[in-house]
Amino acid sequence: MSMRDRFYRSAAAALEDDDRVAVVLAEIGISQMPKHPRLYNVGIREQLMIGVAAGLALEGYRAVAHSYTPFLVERPYEQIKLDLGHNDLGGVLVSTGASYDASTSGRTHQAPADVALLSALPGWTIDVPGHPDELERAFAQALAGDDRVYIRMSEESNSARAEGERLNVIRTGSEGAPFVLAVGPTLSPTLEATTDLDVTVSYLSRVRPFDAEGLAKAVTGTDIVLVEPYLAGTSSAEVARALADRPHRLLALGVQNVELRRYGIGQDHRAAHGLDAAGIRRSLEAFLQ
Amino acid sequence: MATAETYSYADLGPLMQRLTGDEKHDWSSASTIDILWVLYDRVLGPDDRFLLSKGHGPAAYYAVLAAKGFIPTDALDGFGGFASMLGYHPDRSLVPGVEISSGSLGHGLPLAVGVALNGRRTFVLVGDGELDEGSNWEAVQWAGRAIGLENLTCIVVDNHTATYGWPGGIEARFALEGWDAVRVDGRDHDALEAELSYQGGRPRCVVADIRR
Repeated sequence: MSMRDRFYRSAAAALEDDDRVAVVLAEIGISQMPKHPRLYNVGIREQLMIGVAAGLALEGYRAVAHSYTPFLVERPYEQIKLDLGHNDLGGVLVSTGASYDASTSGRTHQAPADVALLSALPGWTIDVPGHPDELERAFAQALAGDDRVYIRMSEESNSARAEGERLNVIRTGSEGAPFVLAVGPTLSPTLEATTDLDVTVSYLSRVRPFDAEGLAKAVTGTDIVLVEPYLAGTSSAEVARALADRPHRLLALGVQNVELRRYGIGQDHRAAHGLDAAGIRRSLEAFLQ
Repeated sequence: MATAETYSYADLGPLMQRLTGDEKHDWSSASTIDILWVLYDRVLGPDDRFLLSKGHGPAAYYAVLAAKGFIPTDALDGFGGFASMLGYHPDRSLVPGVEISSGSLGHGLPLAVGVALNGRRTFVLVGDGELDEGSNWEAVQWAGRAIGLENLTCIVVDNHTATYGWPGGIEARFALEGWDAVRVDGRDHDALEAELSYQGGRPRCVVADIRR
């Protein structure tokens, strides 16, 4: 079952089990969920979706809003900044579509800058699950809290679930070996790309707050490679801060900041941005030679 | 709030002068002063909520909050200063009694819809110029046409400042979306009280006309 289907199932169950939970949708997702008195469909009105979620939060509800990435994060960005953030209210935003899942839909349905945008606002926890199991756990955790949480779902998935709330070293290279940090669904292609290389591969699914302490502790060399499934360089400043006490160099891989103007399938886009195993391998070799 | 009861409508002028430091300013010309006073003095109950969406020019709001004991009158001095709790746009994290932080236009009405979904009697105040922002109309449409949110009242201060006006009248646009909309003299305390106290099975829009 995809992350998206797991989310709808979990949200429907949460509405039944927890009187505190309310879900606000703007058409997207409404046909996938059973009716419920605290499931609201505001129509194609994303500013209202966030405003209503924040108003419900004022009344003590744990409000969940959900849509395609650009319509959840970019279109109502000021509502996210003010209605939730400036008002110091909690809320759970769950996006679908990631960077290029909507490959045939084109640029209008793609928002690779989502994590960068929400990182620019204070107080957000940002989860980028790499597996449907991780999505379900992240969502359950978010519902149990009262802070501001963004969960970025994707059609891309690693072959197995992994722990990623703190930096998790998956494969250990020799002392001082290049250190690769893969985020969310980039872990599987990263492992494939590095299978015969002497590198350490680590994993994060929670990118904000960034586990700077874990990174500083785990890195023993000077070469760092960051692989993120959204806008390249989104977490570069976090890495730089974490390693400010030592000389290092950083290769930041991710979705390129270009108007690709291509359709096709997700795998085409992954390759175009150099985020498939072959692309990651090429970039690594050029960086490390 | 024993001290609060000692303030009357006539005290709002001196309280606002403490904010502005302007003794010549005709405080009663503030477009929202009568509406706010009627709300806080006659209409709002302890379980009701009032959201000021039109956060611009909040002196009248602060004066009423001070008169009603939400904030100390001493806080009025130093308005807009670095250490003041009172800015040119209100911050709910700093000012007791302020339900939402406002200043950017078009946010209060959608927030009020969310609050009202909890069944609470909810009032929100917007300006006629503020209604230029499309986000308001997302809320007007949904609250009126989709769900008929009868415990929500939107007060529109109409001092005729919207650059392109509202041909046909603001109330007609709300009415078309299923609201129970009326226009009232924004200076007439008894009329304001009557219209703001009425609830009739549909969301309520009270356009408070302010002639300059």
